[in-house]
Amino acid sequence: MSTTSRLPPIASLGPLIALVLAAAFFATQSDRFLSIQNFSLILQQVMVVGTIAIGQTLIILTAGIDLSCGMVMALGGIVMTKLAVGAGMNPYAAIACGLLVCMGFGLVNGLLVTRIRLPSFIVTLGTMNIAFAITQLYSGAQTVTDLPPEMVFFGSTFAIGGAAVNYGTLLMIALYAFVWWGLRDTQPGRHVYAVGNNPEATRLTGIATDKVLLMVYVTAGLFYGIASLLSVARTGVGDPNAGQTENLDAITAVVLGGTSLFGGRGIVLGSLLGALIVGVFRNGLTLMGVPSVYQVLITGVLVILAVATDQLSRKGGR
Amino acid sequence: MNTPTDTPVLVMEARGLVKRYGQVVALDGVDFELRAGEIMAVIGDNGAGKSSLIKALSGATIPDEGEIRLDGKPIRFKSPMDARREGIETVYQDLAVAPAMTIAENLFLGREIIKPGLLGRLLRIIDKTKMLEESIARMNDLKVGIRSMTQAVETLSGGQRQCVAVARSAAFARHVVILDEPTAALGVKEGNMVLELIRRVRDKGLPVILISHNMPHVFEIADRIHIARLGKRACIVDPKKISMSDTVAVMTGAMRPDELPAEALA
Repeated sequence: MSTTSRLPPIASLGPLIALVLAAAFFATQSDRFLSIQNFSLILQQVMVVGTIAIGQTLIILTAGIDLSCGMVMALGGIVMTKLAVGAGMNPYAAIACGLLVCMGFGLVNGLLVTRIRLPSFIVTLGTMNIAFAITQLYSGAQTVTDLPPEMVFFGSTFAIGGAAVNYGTLLMIALYAFVWWGLRDTQPGRHVYAVGNNPEATRLTGIATDKVLLMVYVTAGLFYGIASLLSVARTGVGDPNAGQTENLDAITAVVLGGTSLFGGRGIVLGSLLGALIVGVFRNGLTLMGVPSVYQVLITGVLVILAVATDQLSRKGGR
Repeated sequence: MNTPTDTPVLVMEARGLVKRYGQVVALDGVDFELRAGEIMAVIGDNGAGKSSLIKALSGATIPDEGEIRLDGKPIRFKSPMDARREGIETVYQDLAVAPAMTIAENLFLGREIIKPGLLGRLLRIIDKTKMLEESIARMNDLKVGIRSMTQAVETLSGGQRQCVAVARSAAFARHVVILDEPTAALGVKEGNMVLELIRRVRDKGLPVILISHNMPHVFEIADRIHIARLGKRACIVDPKKISMSDTVAVMTGAMRPDELPAEALA
């Protein structure tokens, strides 16, 4: 009974086992899967979803959900590239503007959730569409090219023993480490768990639960903004159609990583594993020559499986 | 066991509280008093105004009229936080704990101990070691027999969970502990465990206001009983000098308080 971990051992090992099984399966299906180059590729593909998933984890920990994450990321990418290329703004200032726009969307989501008490599902369903429309209008549905080098820095790579690692992946891993520590060892981090666990009891202990929620939505927006910079850096362009697969992939990653949709339970590092699982699936299926429409189908099945596992394990735990 | 002094010290006192919700008069000029070191049970039928009274005393609602005094000085609570700042801790029914968090975290929820030093204060880093030590000390002090403070509250039995909630309020209350139905939905053994704890809280010198439907529990533990009826206080009775059936009769209106023998009133 005197266990020190917050999750039962199976729940925390589940994502890791799933990752190993998926990798083993794809290794038998494609010779190229186990190559170092391919792992570099998977990591590069995962850095965008993985970074969005940090923000998504924070929101899901409060028993909310953010359907707008991918679209807000796409808007952030268009804002920073258009400002730098179209308006000739200093690249760093343009990046800052992109981050601020994403945080602004987080603020709007957070205000609607805390002030008007709308369910996060509905609020972010709305802002998802709003962000998508603004992205299309502002960009004229045109891809932004000829980016300044500062903007694509995180896409550049350096070699570690034959593997090309890009700086964006390192940034993502550093962000995971920081958020993991922050959620575990700081007062605001513990309050995020408390709000997700029992909002009413938390409010009655005197914690300003609305401030916690608002902080979570704005912080999530910041992570989407960082993800847009990584996405721009990886593709080398400002893409108005970015974020379409990342939207659901990020939610899938969080849930696969063992964070409960009911709030208050989960570890952010699990979301990194979840993002790797999603990345391995997409990569492996591509190597097998499976058409992308089936990848979408399989992601859909994955997210339902993950949520069902969450639901059943909570029932079993009671 | 009341102190046999002539004028007992009143920790908390309310006079003529009125609370209306539209046409409904929830409190119709109710009086209340709480002496130092006593357990005052509050009982009443549904709609008698006991939960409105408790809400007013704990700051959850603001009464329309009347006065509340704490240690003799008038106070006005605008929120439960105001009451908490004055040292009044309330344990709300079913709303007490964050189940997936540890006992130590629950005890200190909202009052986490922050590590000293600039970095600790800047980043609000929690001093887990100190919180653990303090949790163990406080739980030992109240003789709550839980082995590990780092286990999640959801691994505890219902009675143990309630003990955690009561222990938290006792640890931080300076004036009054208010308990709303702390033994509801508990088995006999678990209920007794919580009653024992409430007694120890009182014996440590904190007066307790106990709202309960459970007459045997009320008679077992209360020093005095406030009977709420029709938004007023029917009377205060001494559980040692009145039968349970007479108490229920007054509570339901089958008997008027002035029909009771004089020594039953407290």
